[in-house]
Formats: sequence, structure tokens, C-alpha cells
Amino acid sequence: MVRIDFNRLRFLVIDDNAHMRRILRTLLHGFGAREVYEAEDGAAGLEAFTHYMPDIVLTDWVMPIFDGLELTQMIRQQGANANPYVPIIMLTGHSEKKRVMSARDAGVTEFLAKPISAKALYERIFNVVANPRPFVKTKTYFGPDRRRNVNPNYVGPERRKGGKAEVMRQQPLLEKARVMV
Amino acid sequence: MTTSRRKDDAPSVATYADHEVITPPHELRKAVSLAADAGDDPVARAEAALAELSGEFGGWMQSECDRLETARQDVRGSGFTQRTHDALFRAAHDIKGEAATFGYPAVAGVADSLCRLLEHTPEMQRIPLTLLDQHVDAVRAIFREYARPDLLDTAAALTRRLREVTDDFLREENSFRPDYLENIFAPPLVPGG
Repeated sequence: MVRIDFNRLRFLVIDDNAHMRRILRTLLHGFGAREVYEAEDGAAGLEAFTHYMPDIVLTDWVMPIFDGLELTQMIRQQGANANPYVPIIMLTGHSEKKRVMSARDAGVTEFLAKPISAKALYERIFNVVANPRPFVKTKTYFGPDRRRNVNPNYVGPERRKGGKAEVMRQQPLLEKARVMV
Repeated sequence: MTTSRRKDDAPSVATYADHEVITPPHELRKAVSLAADAGDDPVARAEAALAELSGEFGGWMQSECDRLETARQDVRGSGFTQRTHDALFRAAHDIKGEAATFGYPAVAGVADSLCRLLEHTPEMQRIPLTLLDQHVDAVRAIFREYARPDLLDTAAALTRRLREVTDDFLREENSFRPDYLENIFAPPLVPGG
């Protein structure tokens, strides 16, 4: 059975609400994480991201100064920081389709709707660690591949030019770990 | 298509006609291992840690309700400005997201309705202050009376009615933009926590 060694991961939690930061810190420590850093708005979050170089970012959406969406866009700017590929898990009370699509298009890796649970948070973290997605770069987008699955029943035009099934999938770490045994 | 891969820890890049597919280095591989103890349950550990914290949740919920009240008073005193509007929205939005975690799930529905009212009214000056007051008073009352045996039924009825009135108002205010209207009445898309 594959497990995540949380004590080998560094987390950055960005949320303007001190209660929610405490909840997230408690859950992450409960999972076994030792390194959990916090920031209370998007601007402080970007600074902390540069300073601490976290392995995983957990961010709220609604925050003062600049929000989780803008923060994601800044992190995903290639060349602007050391790790534009960092997994970003957005914790959000927003669930409308338009909102979700805009966050996805900003480069968010995973969504987690509030109210959060330990199980759902664990699943999102497990997913970004054990099953990372490749990144796609186009003229208008840079971020995790937005196609999570290949739909064999899709009959519309292929929007990506240069062939159909061309996305190079990373071998899930889950499988690699099994092979290593 | 061309593919490039360097020997160091740089991403591999496959270049296509109009996009690139980049496979970043597996930096988080360091954290994947095989469980030595099949009985180890990190989720249960985290839930237990949260349960230890739960003695503070009532006080936290009270402070969130106080914050909502302060934001309401600011709107009452200064009118709707971007500052007062945003502060009220953030207070309501936090309650919507936290209420269930804090053990007061019946508060979340009214807070959600207030968020919708604030977020989807095109001209904030047209938000009826009476409707605003009804939402804030309902949030505070549901929290205050949470121990009452009939609370859940009363809260559900209150939430349903406030949501109906808010939705009617939003339909009217957004009638000039049907696409927007369709989006705000579409079912939620985000997987739940």
C-alpha cells in the first residue's frame, strides 16, 4: 500500500482567515507534516512562496490585496519564480461553473470545496503527489493539463494541433512505487 | 513533433504545432513510499487532531458572527462602497465555508444566500438593506439558538425563504444579461469537501 510521507513535504497555506489557517495547519500536522508555513493574503503568500519554496501550495480564493486566482497566475508565470510547476490546491467556497473554469484556466491543480474534510484534503494532496499531471503551454495558457481524461466518445474537432493523443502522461508514482518493491 | 530532454533535472518538453507538453521533474517522488504499517490512518489522525481543537469552535463562530455584524453596521453607516461591500462579502463567505467545520452547518445556507445577493447584484446600491438585514439577523439568530430542539427545521425554513426572495431579486436585476443569469442558477461544479 502506497503512502505519502508528509514529513518530507513543505506546505504553504495562504488564507486571510486565521481560523481556517489553524484548521488547515491542524489537519496537515495530523497527516504527519512538519513544515507548514502560513501567509494571510495573496501578496504575503507570493513572498512566502519565493522565500520558503514549498512543495505544495494551499490557497483560499477570496482574499484582500490580491486573491487566490491572481496568486495562481503569478506563480504560473514561467521565469518569474523558481517553481512554476508547484501543485496549487484551491480551497473555495465558490462553486459556480464560470468561477471553476476561470480558476482552472489560471492553472489551479486541484479544487477543494468548503467545508473541507480531512479525507477530501488528504485525497487532493495524495493526487498531486502520486499522480502528477503534465503541463501544457499554449499562447494563452500555462498550467496542468486540463484534460484529466481522454474521452473516447468525443466527436468534436481536435483543438490541439499536431495529432490526437499526444499528451505525454507521467507514469503515476503510485505505479512506480509498486514496481520498486 | 519534437521532443527534448536534458540529463539534469530539467523538464522534458514535447513540442507540437500549437502547444508544448512539459513533463516537470518528479520532485515530490521523495514523499511516496510503501506503508510499513497497514493500520496507519493519516486521515483518522487528522480528524482526531481536529476534534481536539473543536472546543474552540464556538468562540470562533461567535467572532465570525461579530465580524459580519460589524461589516453590516459599516454598510448601514457608510452605505455600499467597494470597501464596505467587500468586507461584508468576505465575512459572509467565510461563514459559508467554515460553519459546517465549526459544527454549525445550519448557518451556512443563509450565509451562502447573502453571498449570492452581494456577488450577483449588478449595482450594489440597489441591494435592499432590509434584505441584507434579514440575512445578517438570520445568521446570528441561527447560531445563537443552535441548541434549540426545533432549530434545524426553523433554520431550513428561514434559509429557504431568504433564498427564494434573493433569487427572485437576482432574476429581476440580471434580466438584461441572460447568460450571466444562467450561470448563477447552474448547479455547482466543484467536488465537495
